Amino acid sequence: MKSAVILFPGINRENDAIAALKQATGTEPAVVWHGDTELPKTDIIMVPGGFSYGDYLRCGAMAAKSPIMRAVAERAKQGVTILGVCNGFQILTEAGLLPGALMRNASLKFICKNTHLKIENTDTRFTNLYGAGDVVDYPVAHHDGNYFADSETLDRLEGEGRVVLRYCDVDGKVDPATNLNGSQRNIAGIINEAGNVLGMMPHPENAIDPMHGGTDGRNLFKSMVEAAS
Amino acid sequence: MKARVHVTLKNGVLDPQGKAVHHALQGLGFDGVNDVRQGKFIELELDGTDAAKAEAEVKEMCEKLLANTVIEDYSIELA
Repeated sequence: MKSAVILFPGINRENDAIAALKQATGTEPAVVWHGDTELPKTDIIMVPGGFSYGDYLRCGAMAAKSPIMRAVAERAKQGVTILGVCNGFQILTEAGLLPGALMRNASLKFICKNTHLKIENTDTRFTNLYGAGDVVDYPVAHHDGNYFADSETLDRLEGEGRVVLRYCDVDGKVDPATNLNGSQRNIAGIINEAGNVLGMMPHPENAIDPMHGGTDGRNLFKSMVEAAS
Repeated sequence: MKARVHVTLKNGVLDPQGKAVHHALQGLGFDGVNDVRQGKFIELELDGTDAAKAEAEVKEMCEKLLANTVIEDYSIELA
């Protein structure tokens, strides 16, 4: 089982991504620099969180145009499992691999805390080890996580089961009061049409060790590994 | 030749920063402001003198990088 982490200047969560992939796969992931044009042979690609290019222009906009992203898009087409977390989600939307955009949080505040999330679809290669309706606890740390897409796109995402995670309370209640950052329809994570690319704002890689305060994120990585085996 | 690009949020896309600025202006006593929308201004210094060609090129820049057309509109002005 091989995995790779893409590294852009300004990314700061790569070591968390590496630790989570190592725990789930048992092997050290390859780290691929943004200026490279080729990826090694890999079953899983993770685009980690941080502040690529200092969030200049728009979060993820510059990283999405860097040389390595052409190779990532090619692998996405081939069906390789790709996970983008936080800035990684922003990069994947800016690269056109996922629909919509991440805007400034409605509160205008940087939000750094743990949040509850409802697993809306367990029939994906990222969530198949979770139970239907499971509520998990992952941290979030972002300023621009306010998911936006036009209503036609949102309806399509919902209809196709592509909304994978939603912000909720401890009981799984999804409503405006549990909408952390103003995202349309409380959306925290979506998959692409083919189901091999997941983008999400919360950090499952920071919920894999009891020292993190919880291990709810482990099953997301295990699901990916099992699906890719 | 110079190109000036304005990037603004599309109508219907909520602009929390614009709202906060509006609120702050009201706090300063500027009561006559009905709405505030915040955007970006980008100035490009270009080679060449062919305005039509320059405009086509800047349009492509906007589509590919300068604006995110999911949420933003842009306008181009050549000078």
